[in-house]
Amino acid sequence: MTNGKIVRYLQWWVVFLLPLLPLGLLIHNAWIFNLGADPAQAIVHETGLWAINLLWITLAITPLRRIFKINWPMRFRRMMGLYSLFYAVVHLLAFATFIVGWQPDLLLKELSERPYIVVGALAVLMLIPLGITSTHKMQRRLGRNWLRLHKLVYPIALLVMVHIIWQIRSDFGEQLLYGTLLSVLLGSRLYFYLQKRLRTQRTARAA
Amino acid sequence: MLIKKPDAIRSSEITSESVYLNRRHFMRGLLGTTALLATGAANAVPEYEIEKDLPIYRGPDWLQKQLRASTRNAAFSTDEKLTPYFHVSTYNNFYEFGTGKKDPARHAQEFNTDPWKVEITGEVAKPGVYNLEDLIKPHQLEERIYRLRCVEAWSMVVPWIGVPLGDLLKRFEPTSKAKYVEFTTLHDPKQMPGQRSRFSTLEWPYVEGLRIDEAMHPLTLMAVGLYGNAMPPQNGAPLRLVVPWKYGFKSIKSIVRIRFTDKMPKTTWNLMAPHEYGFYSNVNPAVDHPRWSQASERRLPSSLFNPNRVDTLPFNGYAEEVAELYRGMDLKKWF
Repeated sequence: MTNGKIVRYLQWWVVFLLPLLPLGLLIHNAWIFNLGADPAQAIVHETGLWAINLLWITLAITPLRRIFKINWPMRFRRMMGLYSLFYAVVHLLAFATFIVGWQPDLLLKELSERPYIVVGALAVLMLIPLGITSTHKMQRRLGRNWLRLHKLVYPIALLVMVHIIWQIRSDFGEQLLYGTLLSVLLGSRLYFYLQKRLRTQRTARAA
Repeated sequence: MLIKKPDAIRSSEITSESVYLNRRHFMRGLLGTTALLATGAANAVPEYEIEKDLPIYRGPDWLQKQLRASTRNAAFSTDEKLTPYFHVSTYNNFYEFGTGKKDPARHAQEFNTDPWKVEITGEVAKPGVYNLEDLIKPHQLEERIYRLRCVEAWSMVVPWIGVPLGDLLKRFEPTSKAKYVEFTTLHDPKQMPGQRSRFSTLEWPYVEGLRIDEAMHPLTLMAVGLYGNAMPPQNGAPLRLVVPWKYGFKSIKSIVRIRFTDKMPKTTWNLMAPHEYGFYSNVNPAVDHPRWSQASERRLPSSLFNPNRVDTLPFNGYAEEVAELYRGMDLKKWF
């Protein structure tokens, strides 16, 4: 193996293991009963938080390349997206198991009375097809539709914002932070999109 | 006049603290027994077993003395399983010290609660600024084990120690114009980091209120301690309200001002979101919070194997005692 290969190999393992750290810590703390009076809430909150963090990281990778010419994270974009899906599914399952206890009537009641849960669940459901079609094989098979399908990530991110804004009780510091970051991430895409359209218009006129 | 010099007492004659405390414990046991024999209802507050590494709060000397002499009001206490001290003192909503449940226990440890003054004002014959000691000393402290139901749909069972609020308030002789009582929490951003947050939609200081008959109701407690000791700062030391049939946020903490008034006080959560938090905020499974159900609650501590969900009762199970206060009122309208 060349040096470059070793670096890439190590880089892969570091990036692969890091997102597992919050889950590891959570399991450790659950094991030693260190999650406080309401461990169910702690697990649901923490896994949800990391689903969002990882989704925002996924969305940051393309702007990093376009604006700052940082290219190496590109090869981890799919991995980050899959990790986000993973935490989101654990988040939803933890809610159904530890808070609702899989009681169907209670689940229905919670869903109808806490609309932010419906919005969150919808976001997770929309993430699932993106996860399933994330392989190279699927990418080839779907062709141009693959890109179209994966644009779903933008409405998903907006649903996530609704999900957390709807839960504000009095302090909106966290929501403001995530909202600002998302505006930058989506704003940069809008900027590049408009620029591209402008360029094609100009070339069209020139021709 | 003979004045004994300090060195006239040999150090060996001074009782060590542990012996002293044990003696107190013994005496208290005796006192409790006598009280029990005398009244049949009151008995001594038990010596709670508290995990060794957890901080307990002793409070000033005068309070310690009163805490040791406190008795349990069994008639007003539930026999449900207590929420352990660890959870009672580390799982708190006290936004002045942060919005996370663990924030108050983390940020309130340096909170200065002694000396403490309370201003009594408004429609009373005896207004004034009183030392906490002077407010509490004339009363016999009572322990009461109450259910605490948070508006967030979790609940605890807590052994509070305090004074019936009505007994306390009567001493200041409210006038006939005193239709409501308004309570205010300390406003001190230097000590309370939550009051420095720029992203809070709550106005400081925190204000709560009761109708005068609610304030005078025998169940309403002005608490100065829990679990046999002084009130932990994260639980609202040195003086907090406990209104067991209302959602927890009505039980205002670290009170510095009590005002009697003829108008319904403008309370903090109600001002922020009037459609979500009413002035009365009586626990009511039939009236949901706009964003979640109030039909059931999770009794803490819950475990991962059991959500510990129990049905929420009207007036948090105190309907027999307090429903009378709201006779003829539409509780869906006056939520």
